[in-house]
Amino acid sequence: MTAVPHVLPYLVAVWVFLVGCYGLATSRNLIHAVGCLAVCQSATYVLLLAVGYRDGATAPVFSDIEPGSRPLVDPVVQALALTDVVVGATVTALLLALVLQVSKRHGTVDPDELSELRG
Amino acid sequence: MSRRTRLWLVAVSGTGLAALLVAACLELPPFGGSSHPYGERAVRAALARHTANTIASVNFDQRAYDTLGEMSILFAAVLGCVVLLRQARDEHRARPEPAEVDLPVRRYALIVLPVAVVGGLYVIAHGQLSPGGGFQGGVVAATALHLLYLGADYRALERVRPVGLFEVADSLAVSAYLVLGLAGVLAGTAFLANTLLPYGTFNTLSSGGNVPLLNAAIGMEVACAVVVLLARFLDQAVEIEQGNGKDDKDDKDDKESEKENGKENGA
Amino acid sequence: MADAVIVVSLLLVAVTATAAVANRDPARQALVLSVLGLVLAVLFTVLQAPDVGLSQLAVGSALTPLLIMLSVRRVKRRGQPKDGGR
Repeated sequence: MTAVPHVLPYLVAVWVFLVGCYGLATSRNLIHAVGCLAVCQSATYVLLLAVGYRDGATAPVFSDIEPGSRPLVDPVVQALALTDVVVGATVTALLLALVLQVSKRHGTVDPDELSELRG
Repeated sequence: MSRRTRLWLVAVSGTGLAALLVAACLELPPFGGSSHPYGERAVRAALARHTANTIASVNFDQRAYDTLGEMSILFAAVLGCVVLLRQARDEHRARPEPAEVDLPVRRYALIVLPVAVVGGLYVIAHGQLSPGGGFQGGVVAATALHLLYLGADYRALERVRPVGLFEVADSLAVSAYLVLGLAGVLAGTAFLANTLLPYGTFNTLSSGGNVPLLNAAIGMEVACAVVVLLARFLDQAVEIEQGNGKDDKDDKDDKESEKENGKENGA
Repeated sequence: MADAVIVVSLLLVAVTATAAVANRDPARQALVLSVLGLVLAVLFTVLQAPDVGLSQLAVGSALTPLLIMLSVRRVKRRGQPKDGGR
């Protein structure tokens, strides 16, 4: 019945995660690296929500449907992803604040130059 | 480590990780399957406590302790940003000039601003009924406030947004969450247990016992946190300037700040 | 029908994420990240997770790019202390 191959969403999550890791490792700019970390984070949301999905189901919100009338997707993984989206953004902000400090104190945001400075 | 060896290391470990992850994916329950034991139990528990939005029930009732942890991360991250981005001894503040804004931009921003702020507050208030809640609505309301920066200018934004007040409100919201949790202990049940208030009528604003209160505390915390974060970053990007002081860090930095001082004096 | 939408948005997410990493200039990356936030919000909505979609829309397409842009501006300003603007 379903047209979605059973592993495609998981593979997309893996791809997004690995691409983010590649970007992190090869980045020449710390701000760009923080952006890549945000990409890595979004892979976890895709994975979580893919695990919780159910064919033909609806969102677990009862303000306009009768309880028990339709199958529901898994609310637990959604709650996990939801809090993480917002908290992840503030952690991104903290990392950016660290990058700004690095740029002020060392005058560069290139990780290679920074490791040369430290020796 | 040279750049070349590092790339090789990344390639090898990345390939290994990719192989392991793909192998794990093939063993996961198939996408769209109908077996969700935890989900079904969560839905049943939410209905038993008269909370229409199961996700709000999971966040603020069944897993409220987990949300306490998330909230602490958020608070700590904001605290870290405030400390890292404060004005250093070798920096000074330069008042930004009032800027001209095109009339259509100004009109649009000022029309959308109140709608967006009220929308954010609505999303917070209806968290236990419809999709939304403190986390989402807080971000919406706080970012909406910054439309004022687009529509008017930085000074106008500073006037309607006393950062100190928002910092205090942020801490108050965190304390409110803790106090609500402790109230459960004082009432003779467990920390953050949802037994204090009557569950109310299903699908009304005051249903769900503790859920609306905890939701409101989180909404206030997230909104204040985002406002404070954006204020600090805007300060750095617009107001605070390097120079005007002695820098005793390292040579490179010293030279650069001198260069910048020179440029500023020239300009 | 819903399945087709899921497949398309999944592929869009993969493509946009790749583009976000491939863009080496942080300012442009911020723009691509905001598109990624939008595409993810669409994906979450068709996966029947409106709550997560809403928060991704607010965070991913507004807050994170804004923070990155402000950081870029701050870092660039070291080079040219008086670049006018607001």
